[in-house]
Amino acid sequence: MSDKVTNLLLVGVGGQGILLASEILSETFMLAGFDVKKSEIHGMSQRGGSVVSHVRYGREVFSPIVPEGEGDILFGFELMETCRYLPLLKPGGTVVANDLRIPPPSVLMGKENYPEGLADRISSEFPDFLLVDGQKLAMEAGNPRTANTALLGAVSRRLDVAEDYWLQALERMVPRKALEVNRKAFLLGRGL
Amino acid sequence: MKEILSGNEAIARGAYEAGVMVATAYPGTPSTEILENIIRYKEVDASWSPNEKVALEVAMGASFAGARTLVAMKHVGVNVAADPLFTLSYTGIKGGLVLVTADDPEMHSSQNEQDNRNYARFAKVPMLEPADSRECKEFTRLALELSEEYDTPVMLRTTTRISHSKSIVELDDRVSGLPVPALVSNAAKQVMLPTNAKVRHPLVEARMAKLAEKANSMAVNRMEMRDTTMGIITSGTCYQYVREVFPNVSTLKLGLVNPLPVSLIRDFAAKVDRLFVVEELDPCIEEQVKALGISVSGKDFLPLCGELSPGRIRAAFTAIGIGGEKASVPVGESSAPRLPGRPPNMCPGCPHRGVFYTLNKLKAYVTGDIGCYTLGFLPPLSAMETCVCMGASIGNATGAVKVVSEEEKRRVVAVIGDSTFFHSGVTGLMDMVYNNAPSTVIILDNRITAMTGRQDNPASGYTLMNETAHKVDIPLLCGALGVKHVRVVNPYDLEETRQALKEEMGRPETSVIITDKPCVLIKREGVFQRGPLCAVDVEKCTGCRACLGLGCPAIQWRPTEGKKGVSFIDPGLCTGCDVCRQLCKFDAIRRAQ
Repeated sequence: MSDKVTNLLLVGVGGQGILLASEILSETFMLAGFDVKKSEIHGMSQRGGSVVSHVRYGREVFSPIVPEGEGDILFGFELMETCRYLPLLKPGGTVVANDLRIPPPSVLMGKENYPEGLADRISSEFPDFLLVDGQKLAMEAGNPRTANTALLGAVSRRLDVAEDYWLQALERMVPRKALEVNRKAFLLGRGL
Repeated sequence: MKEILSGNEAIARGAYEAGVMVATAYPGTPSTEILENIIRYKEVDASWSPNEKVALEVAMGASFAGARTLVAMKHVGVNVAADPLFTLSYTGIKGGLVLVTADDPEMHSSQNEQDNRNYARFAKVPMLEPADSRECKEFTRLALELSEEYDTPVMLRTTTRISHSKSIVELDDRVSGLPVPALVSNAAKQVMLPTNAKVRHPLVEARMAKLAEKANSMAVNRMEMRDTTMGIITSGTCYQYVREVFPNVSTLKLGLVNPLPVSLIRDFAAKVDRLFVVEELDPCIEEQVKALGISVSGKDFLPLCGELSPGRIRAAFTAIGIGGEKASVPVGESSAPRLPGRPPNMCPGCPHRGVFYTLNKLKAYVTGDIGCYTLGFLPPLSAMETCVCMGASIGNATGAVKVVSEEEKRRVVAVIGDSTFFHSGVTGLMDMVYNNAPSTVIILDNRITAMTGRQDNPASGYTLMNETAHKVDIPLLCGALGVKHVRVVNPYDLEETRQALKEEMGRPETSVIITDKPCVLIKREGVFQRGPLCAVDVEKCTGCRACLGLGCPAIQWRPTEGKKGVSFIDPGLCTGCDVCRQLCKFDAIRRAQ
């Protein structure tokens, strides 16, 4: 195992299920035999605020937060939040983002517009960019609530961890009755 | 067995493994999950107290009877518990007692970022500071053992990045064979009359001196010699950042941050060419090292405010000409165009929203308090003038009406939640009545401690262990304090709320208005119930934007529809609270049949 620590950032809006997704990631890395740390902020940010979760794995991990500008993969659950945290990525980093727009309060109130052209902005700075229609994949899998799992599948392809560990982690973290549909969503995302 | 645990989960596990029998707390970010996780272990009697002072007093009582106990709180909670803490330092304990203080550098979810390491020195109690979840578990047990060995409460200090970070922890079994608690008479040690306290104080000093000696050989204080041109003394999460930024630099990692291991620090200082302390917030370690006559630097170039991070540490060292061992990456504002902010907001259907809307319209001067409703400060509700600490709203109102004109007095309204009222609002209200302050207090009774994630409280009818409990009768309590005008209103009825506020604000006596709708996030069946959802009739919507004044996340402005734009209500978010419908003068909002 090399000394390289891989840095992931999960970003989006409070209530989108980011914490669970980062738990599944961490569980996968532990199962695969890595040291893993993750960090996020609870509290105020859960009331619809901007949320960022850090997940790091490797042979030995020190800081639970990703050093600024050293993110390897930015995993965005919402487009504007994906843009907000681009500065945390290293040059040439990878972006996997959900094609979803959640208007913030100022946009809801008609005081500002939701920014246009965000996907272009991301791809011009980070060519390794995958825009995923998480909702569409979730519907395909058979449950609109599996969008996060589908996105996780898309991210998993970009990480050097065997498929089996991902599926084991899903099995441990997802309630039994929702497991099959989540597995399906994961594999649909992984196929992208 | 290995598990990935947060610092808080690991502390709960550590308490369980160490044989803790009683755990108490008042919820507060980032400490809350300790007690929420400890209820997994049926051997532990866990409870929410109305405030941190009570929590510590309960823990103390159990400790005096011989049980190992844990009490948890956020940093500002220790201010509330400071009164018993300082004298508990004199009495000492019987069963081990660990007080967890979860500090919040950067104020992710707090009103200040006080450094509670100062409390350990001030109260003369030992303090341990873990650097990851494994240490959270181990140090909890160590704290209880030290507590019993040195007859002292022990503080375990975490910060948000320790409490809410997860890492891998090896689990152990619970210890057995601890003494069975029983009432023991030990009055000279536990009755702190001056005559007894005078005996205890020298023992406190002696205990700390003895522990300071032991600190030099404790395994949790660890010298790690690598390259010796530079040496860094550090603890907690900063240790991890230092290892990240300077993997080859020598470190003295302190697990016990009070008292400090003097000989060990001298040894380390002698072994390195340049000595630094990397610590968040106050220069607690640095000042003590300087007092030893050792040349050291730290806060002359590291920030005093906010939390540290690998990037901030690297930037500070780079600024004094010491490069990190990895290439420094410029951190700062992206050149990309500014994005709209995404501040937190009250939930759709939150019963507080209509109250703040009405307070804003009535031009009330609102003294606020700590809870979700502090968000009433943000636009468009913009109805809060003060928010300082738990319970302060009521005293702030009493003070204001003492000095302002008769006309201005009528504008003063204190707003406080149910849990905050029980925590430290009751005495404020007692004072308001006793000293005859003509102000109005609104108690937003949503039956739960919402901001920290829906914890039960003395009015919710349940305990932490999910047993049914007596519900405090808030109107009766206010009446008993002597409030003559107490009324309960439906906060979803804007006219009723406005009328009640107008009448009570005009009254030259203390009055209380209680809102009685539960938090929309309460999952317990039958507590919160959705109403028929609201929808906008786009034919009737004139684009007047009145409904947008509520700042409800379910209501969205669609600028390109209708003549001037129209409002749209997201049926996936609407809870049917009906407040927006009452604001529409054009009957454009209807409730589903």
